[in-house]
Amino acid sequence: MKMEEVDIGTTTEPLLKVEDLAVEFHVSGTVQRALQGVSLTLQRGRTLGLVGESGCGKSVTSLSIMRLLPQPPGHYAGGRIVLEGRDLLSMPERDMRVLRGGRIGMIFQEPMTSLNPVYTCGEQIVESLTVHSGLSSKAAMDRAVELLDLVGLPSPKERAHDYPHQLSGGQRQRVMIALALANDPDLLIADEPTTALDVTIQAQILDLMTDLRERTGAAVLLVTHDLGVVAQTCDDVVVMYAGGVVEQAPTKALFADPQHPYTIGLMAAVPRIDTTVDRLSTIAGSVPPPWVKIDGCRFASRCPLADDRCRSAVPPLREIGPDHAVACWRAPIEETTV
Amino acid sequence: MMTLVLNRLIISVPVLFGVLLLGFGLLILVPGDPAIVMAGPMATPEVVAAIRTEMGLDEPVLTQFFRYLGRMAEGDLGRSLISNKTVISELGAAIGPTTELMVACLIWSIPLGIALGTLAAVWRGSITDRAIMAFSVAGVSLPIFFICLMLIHFVGVQWRLLPFIGRGGPLWTIDGLRHIALPALSLGLIFIGPVARMTRSSVLEVLRLDHVRTARAKGLSETRVILRHGLRNALIPVVTLVGLQAGYLLGGAVVTESIFSYPGIGRLAVGAILSSDFPLAQGAILILALAFILINLIVDVLYALLDPRVQTS
Repeated sequence: MKMEEVDIGTTTEPLLKVEDLAVEFHVSGTVQRALQGVSLTLQRGRTLGLVGESGCGKSVTSLSIMRLLPQPPGHYAGGRIVLEGRDLLSMPERDMRVLRGGRIGMIFQEPMTSLNPVYTCGEQIVESLTVHSGLSSKAAMDRAVELLDLVGLPSPKERAHDYPHQLSGGQRQRVMIALALANDPDLLIADEPTTALDVTIQAQILDLMTDLRERTGAAVLLVTHDLGVVAQTCDDVVVMYAGGVVEQAPTKALFADPQHPYTIGLMAAVPRIDTTVDRLSTIAGSVPPPWVKIDGCRFASRCPLADDRCRSAVPPLREIGPDHAVACWRAPIEETTV
Repeated sequence: MMTLVLNRLIISVPVLFGVLLLGFGLLILVPGDPAIVMAGPMATPEVVAAIRTEMGLDEPVLTQFFRYLGRMAEGDLGRSLISNKTVISELGAAIGPTTELMVACLIWSIPLGIALGTLAAVWRGSITDRAIMAFSVAGVSLPIFFICLMLIHFVGVQWRLLPFIGRGGPLWTIDGLRHIALPALSLGLIFIGPVARMTRSSVLEVLRLDHVRTARAKGLSETRVILRHGLRNALIPVVTLVGLQAGYLLGGAVVTESIFSYPGIGRLAVGAILSSDFPLAQGAILILALAFILINLIVDVLYALLDPRVQTS
């Protein structure tokens, strides 16, 4: 694993640190705040789950790390994204291209549409290899076949010459993973990699990703809305709500002792196989739209514990346990109070 | 790929039959008696009748049609009523120049149309985009004869830059190039507009797709993303459009060749129709129809080459 190769002096430095990232969308004269002060830390060789409901800013965060947010309408309004001490947001586009597909690999949600239909799977991997490592096309094709083998495609040599439409969804996602891993990235961003797949294939792909992470030592940022996926694969979790981080903790700690009222609500909403209920638990109210300016905690309007301070001042993300941070004035919270 | 070509060729057979039927129908339906045309204005009724018998014009229509089909199958397209040369030799002399005109027109207009469309898409909403689109609209809406006349008036007559009558020789000679320049320019101008517009909208559509984001996530340069992952995919509908436009191109060639007195199939066809030279008109129409079928065959093959999903389905 790469972790062991790193100097002692730098092991404490996280691979990726997002600090107070703010992203706005300027749409026909209005400003929509998609991210407001998002901070997260990803250590080498670990898997960080980024969870939250649709529209909470998970994908915007992951695309921002790649600096792939379309600009305009997207606009980085503040904060830093630091990869090994270098701020990606102030990096020239040319240097950023070296990182994309090189040090950072990305897997997208839709395997059906994320590969170019007019090139073979092999060609698409070869392109990434030749651009980044300057391999000859022959050597790159050999490496592409190796990669397809690594991600568990049967008869990889033949598959390399197949076009995406000749493969199934699960197979295409394997090709996407091979593509993302082509240049031995230190960071793998997976944006809902299993959402579009059916359940058995989901499990296979998650197992594959866990296995590959162990073999390559890459850190993984796994974007998902599925708490089950998080429990199964992640070391740490960041919970996002309405464009901000509400809680970050090691997975076990988060599931054992969730501290933000939103996280507690999410956990309660997951149906359990060992109990029967007539009606699933929900969180009352709805997410405030991104164009509404809110002075206090963004969750306050839906929070059973909210008081005046919650509605008037934004709670900072603060440590309440080992590696466990929560953005709530009322934390620590006893589970029974919510 | 061979199966595809074969399939398309088989489909072409009924089309060709239809063309032959229409070509034959010309003879029956249009006013003017070929026998009278051939005999000349001074001929006596007896002479006309003799010619009519000789040409088989007094036989039942169906018999005439089958005899006509038989002759076509042997490659005998008859003789021109005016020049008395075989239709085959007349067409043979005209097909080269027309092919040259097509090549000279397409070789610059398609790449330029695609390039302009791509630039317009990449710089969407900019002055460049608007200028290119205005130019395209002008190209689409101006009638070809008007473009021809303007070019003749300014480039040919006023500025005396290029010749505008006839053909100067084969395409690879200086004189040949100078003579073909204006016809190829006018014909190409009507082609650029649709190609540029289609390319623009197609590139815009493709650049929004997920796989383009994947290409960017691979760390490719923006130029490479646009050319290899945007334009390459966007060409598929553009090729279809070029195939559809081929009909306009052949029609435009008829006008262009007539205006520039360019000795091609188009002018031959117009001349033959105006002088009721039925065998020659039939032959010219047949050749134009064959050209149309051929262009569409090429388009189908290109389509399969550009889109691997076509080949395997």
